[in-house]
Amino acid sequence: MVEKVLLRLEGVQTHIGRYHILHGVDLVVPEGELTVLLGRNGAGKTTTLRTIMGLWRASAGRIVFDGADITRMATPDIARLGIAYVPEAMGIFTGLSVRENLVLATATGRFDAALLDGVFALFPVLKVKWNDAAGGLSGGQKQMLAISRAMVERRRLMIVDEPTKGLAPAVIEHLIGGFRTLKESRTTVLLVEQNFHMARSLGDGVAVMDDGRVVHAGGMVELAGDEALQGRLLGLSLAAHQ
Amino acid sequence: MKARRDVTAWVLLPVVALAMLPLMSFSTWVTLTIAGAAMGMMLFLMASGLTLVFGLMDVMNFAHGAFITLGAYLAVSVLGRMAGWGGSESLWLNLAALGVAVTVGAVVTGAVGAVFERMIVRRVYGSHLQQILITMGGLIVAGQLVVVVWGAQPLQVAKPALLRGSFLVGGAAIESYRLVAVALGLVVFGVAHAVLNRTRIGLLVRAGVENREMVEALGFRIERLFVGVFVAGAALAGVGGVMWGGYQEIVTATIGDEMTVLIFIVIIIGGLGSVTGCFQAAVLVGLTTNYVGYLTPKLALGSNIALMVLVLLWRPRGLFPVAKP
Amino acid sequence: MRRLISGDRPGHPLADLLMLALLVGLAFAPFLFPGTKSMAAASRICIFIVLAASYDILLGYTGIVSFAHTMFFAIGAYAVAIPLAQGGPSWGAIVGGELAGAAIAAVLAGLIALLSLRVQKIFFSMITLAVASLAGIVAAQWRDVTGGEDGLTFSLPAALGPGFRMVQEPFLGVRFDGRLVTYYLIFGVCLVLFGLMLRIVNSPFGRVLMAIRENEFRAEALGYRTVIYRTIASAQAAAIAAVAGGLMAILLRYNGPQSTLSFEIMVDILLMVVIGGMGTLYGPALGATVIVLAQYYLQPGLQAASDAVTGWPVLPQLFHPDRWLLWLGVLFILIVYFLPAGIIGTLRRRVR
Repeated sequence: MVEKVLLRLEGVQTHIGRYHILHGVDLVVPEGELTVLLGRNGAGKTTTLRTIMGLWRASAGRIVFDGADITRMATPDIARLGIAYVPEAMGIFTGLSVRENLVLATATGRFDAALLDGVFALFPVLKVKWNDAAGGLSGGQKQMLAISRAMVERRRLMIVDEPTKGLAPAVIEHLIGGFRTLKESRTTVLLVEQNFHMARSLGDGVAVMDDGRVVHAGGMVELAGDEALQGRLLGLSLAAHQ
Repeated sequence: MKARRDVTAWVLLPVVALAMLPLMSFSTWVTLTIAGAAMGMMLFLMASGLTLVFGLMDVMNFAHGAFITLGAYLAVSVLGRMAGWGGSESLWLNLAALGVAVTVGAVVTGAVGAVFERMIVRRVYGSHLQQILITMGGLIVAGQLVVVVWGAQPLQVAKPALLRGSFLVGGAAIESYRLVAVALGLVVFGVAHAVLNRTRIGLLVRAGVENREMVEALGFRIERLFVGVFVAGAALAGVGGVMWGGYQEIVTATIGDEMTVLIFIVIIIGGLGSVTGCFQAAVLVGLTTNYVGYLTPKLALGSNIALMVLVLLWRPRGLFPVAKP
Repeated sequence: MRRLISGDRPGHPLADLLMLALLVGLAFAPFLFPGTKSMAAASRICIFIVLAASYDILLGYTGIVSFAHTMFFAIGAYAVAIPLAQGGPSWGAIVGGELAGAAIAAVLAGLIALLSLRVQKIFFSMITLAVASLAGIVAAQWRDVTGGEDGLTFSLPAALGPGFRMVQEPFLGVRFDGRLVTYYLIFGVCLVLFGLMLRIVNSPFGRVLMAIRENEFRAEALGYRTVIYRTIASAQAAAIAAVAGGLMAILLRYNGPQSTLSFEIMVDILLMVVIGGMGTLYGPALGATVIVLAQYYLQPGLQAASDAVTGWPVLPQLFHPDRWLLWLGVLFILIVYFLPAGIIGTLRRRVR
């Protein structure tokens, strides 16, 4: 089967104010796979995700989603193509209830019963807290809610920024379970992750960023098996990082 | 913890009201409390749009007072033409005259608000400095245009006859117009509350006040929502202006500017972006103004500024702060 | 000359020329434009140049919008007017009043800034608006001291009075009387204050202010206590505004809420700074000149326009001489949109 590219970035540059953050990012996200974006802090991972979503404007280059150029599109229109975005801060509306947070993520304001049951099966705690203010959830529960938001509606691409940041290992295992379920449903995912354990157990493909560019792209299996490559790209041995 | 804090904010109003009781006779207290509530309701009408517009788009409109002025002048024009109904013996026709004025005020001010958003506000999203400057410019021009249309002389509002008087309840004099204002304010608050909490648009507004970017990332065009809120806020300010003009009976070109300071105090005390906070703060300011105005008339506005400082020292983001990421 | 202006030239040949013309025009105003009306206009221009430039230190160099600047202007005016009205004319009252006004204004501005700059900048604007309206009420109601709405009328030391003659014979058609002395007193003090402000904004302190304006987080990260810097800038601007207010009281031999405290004056200051160009000091000087001249001379022009359209609907009202503020407001909006750097700022950019 020929692999189909769902999202492609070609030479994308982004300026924030006077600062030049992205210096020409080339990235390919194949359909149905989970692609992990790795790199040091400040390498430009979050900026890449925000540029895809149109939250920052690319000053040069092209972003193509499913054959359509979305470089100049407004954020809501990009989202309506079927792209879900989970920012690093999760973007939970703390003053709204769990239900209201999820309702906002549906296109019509009505839940698809099957999808909602899937969410509850994966994260039963959300059913318990259904009518509580989301601000009262724990960090892990908020992350579950944020990811569920991308699951109550069928999405073509999920963009997730460092979901494990600040979470306890047990909660991370739970999240990995959630992503596995997503992968089984053949949802395409672009995941920024610093936790290599999570990255390796989920990733099909991997791209490594440094200084506003993608410096390596390939299969996760190859990178995970090549300590020298890891050392060169990430300045550390990933094996030691489990 | 969170719940307890909110209780403190909610009991503030009754506590303030009851604390004043020993300082005056009961009938005076009833009169002042109703007067304060009426003023508070009108302040709420005028301020609610401004606080939501800021919460949603981080836009502070210093020309909001122009909508109030416009509303007050519309009260002059509409009630002047409806002297037949307003002067009749029928309470219903009197109320209908006021109702027409309120409707015209809402529609015209809302339309002007739409134009104002398009021409003035839309270009200055994101920059507070430019917002303040451009809306100040808008305020100057709007104030002058009002004079061009209605003249520089103070004008009399033909308040419907049966809403002029007051009646006695157990020794307390109650102005009927104030009761109408309280009723209207409660209805508007009820409707606003219902829209915000029970409709999808309201849900989007609440979500947008908290995190605009995320609402966009979920696929909603927040600009359209914002225009709607801006127009609704202008219309409400117009309604507040109609009511305030009728209350004051004399309308000048600066009637709205004079209210702007009080409105700022209200939305700062309430917490920028919070409609519930705006309602509470408006009534609090209305009550304080009337109590202090009775006890030591010279300190009326000063007392509101003192109130604002006290609230800010207690809660730097107002009584009902809106969560922001 | 370079040292006088702290090496900060207007920055464009046309701007240089305009400023030089303004300086010469004001320095020789009594000789170039004799007459009571033009003398009063020239004095007002001097005072408003200082007032607008001091506001520019806040608006242009720190990016904060205060609506309480007229309050400091009024504090200075009352500080001079009250002792003169109560104790009779004396130089001590004038000098003491100016100094006391500046000190009170600086302390008050510092307090307001410390209290409200910790919150969002937009809060600061709203709070200063409230404080300014409170000041208006205090001035109107504290009748025993401020004279209430009527204000205070007083006389000045003999040397500043119209009866005073320095030289008996007129020179170049100009009488060397107390009015001339008053004008040059105002001109001199304003010149010194303007030089002082150029010095402030070109000092290391001024550069930190600008760094804060450009990027508050960065400045904070570099270790600058932004609140302290802004508070000091607020206090300096307030003190200078207060001195200008004292001069206004001397010019008018009167002070009241309408002459120094009204919201209209605050609007005028905003117009001056923005039209001329924020963050240049020369811009507000030009803006002040334009606005004061407009107040004095635009009204007759509008009268002519109004007469020309008599009989048309609405138009005569739009061009009514009292509607000059309408046109300035429109100009203001256009400038904020299309020339956000103002006249001087735009000229400067062309050079660089």
